[in-house]
Amino acid sequence: MSLNRNLTEEQILLRNTVRKFAEELIKPKAKELDEKEEFSYEITAEMAKMGFLGCFLPEEYGGSGLDYVSYIIVVEEIARIDGSQAATIAAHNSLGVGPLYYFGSEKQKKKYLPKLADGHLWGFGLTEPEAGSDAGNTQTTAVEDGDHWVINGSKIFITNAGTDITLGSTVLAVTGVKSNGKKELTCFIVENGTPGFTIKTMKHKMMWRASNTCELYFEDVRVPKENMLGKRGDGFHQMLATLDNGRLSIAAMGLGLAQGAFDYALNYAKQRKTFGKPISTHQAISFKLADIEMGLEIARTYLYDVCRMLDKNEKITKESAIAKLYCSELAHMAANHCVQILGGYGLMKEYDAEKYYRDQKLLEIGEGTSEIQRLVIAREIGCYNI
Amino acid sequence: MNVLICISRVPDTATKIVVGSDGKTIDNQGVKFIINPYDEYAIEEGLRIKEKFGGSVTAVTVGSEQSSDILRTALAMGVEKATIIKAPEIFDSYFVAYNLAEYAKSIKPDIILLGRQSVDFDSFQIPSLLAGLIDYNLVTVVSKLTIDANKIICERDVEGGKEIVETNLPCIISAQKGLNEPRYPKLPDIMKAKSKPIEILEAKPTDLKMEVISMEIPMKQRIGKILSDSDEDINELVRLLHEEAKVI
Ligand SMILES: Cc1cc2nc3c(=O)[nH]c(=O)nc-3n(C[C@H](O)[C@H](O)[C@H](O)COP(=O)(O)OP(=O)(O)OC[C@H]3O[C@@H](n4cnc5c(N)ncnc54)[C@H](O)[C@@H]3O)c2cc1C
Ligand SMILES: Cc1cc2nc3c(=O)[nH]c(=O)nc-3n(C[C@H](O)[C@H](O)[C@H](O)COP(=O)(O)OP(=O)(O)OC[C@H]3O[C@@H](n4cnc5c(N)ncnc54)[C@H](O)[C@@H]3O)c2cc1C
Repeated sequence: MSLNRNLTEEQILLRNTVRKFAEELIKPKAKELDEKEEFSYEITAEMAKMGFLGCFLPEEYGGSGLDYVSYIIVVEEIARIDGSQAATIAAHNSLGVGPLYYFGSEKQKKKYLPKLADGHLWGFGLTEPEAGSDAGNTQTTAVEDGDHWVINGSKIFITNAGTDITLGSTVLAVTGVKSNGKKELTCFIVENGTPGFTIKTMKHKMMWRASNTCELYFEDVRVPKENMLGKRGDGFHQMLATLDNGRLSIAAMGLGLAQGAFDYALNYAKQRKTFGKPISTHQAISFKLADIEMGLEIARTYLYDVCRMLDKNEKITKESAIAKLYCSELAHMAANHCVQILGGYGLMKEYDAEKYYRDQKLLEIGEGTSEIQRLVIAREIGCYNI
Repeated sequence: MNVLICISRVPDTATKIVVGSDGKTIDNQGVKFIINPYDEYAIEEGLRIKEKFGGSVTAVTVGSEQSSDILRTALAMGVEKATIIKAPEIFDSYFVAYNLAEYAKSIKPDIILLGRQSVDFDSFQIPSLLAGLIDYNLVTVVSKLTIDANKIICERDVEGGKEIVETNLPCIISAQKGLNEPRYPKLPDIMKAKSKPIEILEAKPTDLKMEVISMEIPMKQRIGKILSDSDEDINELVRLLHEEAKVI
């Protein structure tokens, strides 16, 4: 079966397990949570029990010790059922746990990671009102004061930052000016509950409505010096490296969503009859499904291949941008075809197509827009080295 | 308490079955195999017995080497040891039961758990054949199991009610739906299952008690549905007219 081509027995077992979990525990509640725009503590706790919160973290930090292909399969299978829950898992692992695990000191890792693998969440505070695609234009500042850094500024669109089970966020701030005149950027660990740190949950989203998205405000927030992540001035590099890996989980969300929309549309098309025959036998419909299947085959093969590169510690800047871009555009096509195949029903909330259609759109925007992915690829192939 | 669980590898219930070109076998091409759903209750019950009373849980299947996939699931759920009794494709319950009996004799478990039926051939025979071959007590189609020292109390679903049966060790229990809620294997346990060994033994041939003469796919029939006038059924009727018949 193409889903499991070249996978190990454990990876196949893992896919079957996560699929069953998503269908039995997430699916029955997904629509209502989406409708009410409600984050589910219950599902998050179930996912934590399964080991989804520490996917690639080694066991010594309480994680599940998965290889990257396996982690990506977890995200893919959840996204096939629900974008919101997949967002919680993808953001937490890639953006929350990732930077602490890759750049944290042993002391920081011991302090936070076991809790993050076991039911607590962590945010990744990069984006600001004036710094989205242009992340280098960060305005938030951190100034040294004795044994502390004092942070001022704000962040926006930060996933998982403001739930009752969130412990804190990794925050990028300007700490000075480099000799070349550019901003010196450094990452800090900011725990929730630190005086001056306020969090506001953002409402009225079009998609990922059961996922937590927040604005963060810093007013003279004092964090101890030991809360610096890695070295002073390494922040921007750390954030970009985190995004290189994180893009694979957004790609997995695109792949999973496309698969979900495809499965749903194919099933519907074989049952719905017009002009006396199933619509799946009208060429205009069957060719749409054939196009999605072609995309799924190519996307899955490529994405898993890039994951294997990452497992071997190879540089994947270009490849992860390609995977994210391809998979999110595939999700766009699949969700669009899915709605079209369902006709009028596709537009009604009662059917799954409508939610796929909404959830898909974020994938072309979050963790670097499609334009920015093309820019990364163009840079990597040398277009701008003139 | 040492527990043995017998598991059967069956085509996924959603798979479209195709009869092989010889008209006597199932075409395995593209078929997804899963653990027999009733056997999942047996595994879960075995794990709970071990968690409560200590001892070990072993899983065994009679089948091809490809059965390692279902055993891997059992190992990830928490079973400690797994064995494949390697056999050619023989659809004879006696042959399977005989080989399970030989294995059981070699490890002498206190309890043997099976599913109530294997959803491929649905013969309901193996638990009884096995009990006959090794002379253990047998209770079939059990939906609730209580172990109190050497006393085993089983609840069985019977038409229109429940039957309570008491027996003692060693015994064989076949599991009914509702016995428990099988756990999902957790990710770290899936990863660890990789390093647990799967033993492979050769099956012993037996006289065959049964021969497959031919296999056919049943004719597709349109089966009527009868619904009552309860509120629940009225909602169901509306749903069926809407989603299945697609007339409203
Ligand atoms: C639900 C949600 C969750 C999120 N989670 C997080 C999170 O956890 N952490 C975090 O830090 N951020 C998060 N984000 C922020 C997200 O990464 C940004 O929204 C994204 O990077 C785009 O930035 P922007 O919204 O400021 O758009 P802008 O940067 O203002 O872009 C506007 C448009 O201009 C285009 N554009 C910009 N520059 C160029 C260029 N050079 N060439 C061509 N086109 C260009 C963009 O592609 C886009 O189409 C999240 C966003 C959402 C909606
Ligand atoms: C496509 C296909 C391929 C097969 N290939 C092989 C093969 O290569 N070799 C082979 O020997 N058999 C093979 N079988 C047979 C299969 O493994 C079962 O043994 C057989 O279907 C028993 O069915 P039953 O209805 O008699 O079981 P039932 O009596 O209905 O089963 C009751 C319980 O007995 C236990 N049980 C049943 N079968 C087994 C088993 N094989 N191992 C351990 N416990 C079991 C389970 O706990 C089950 O819940 C194959 C079956 C199919 C459909």
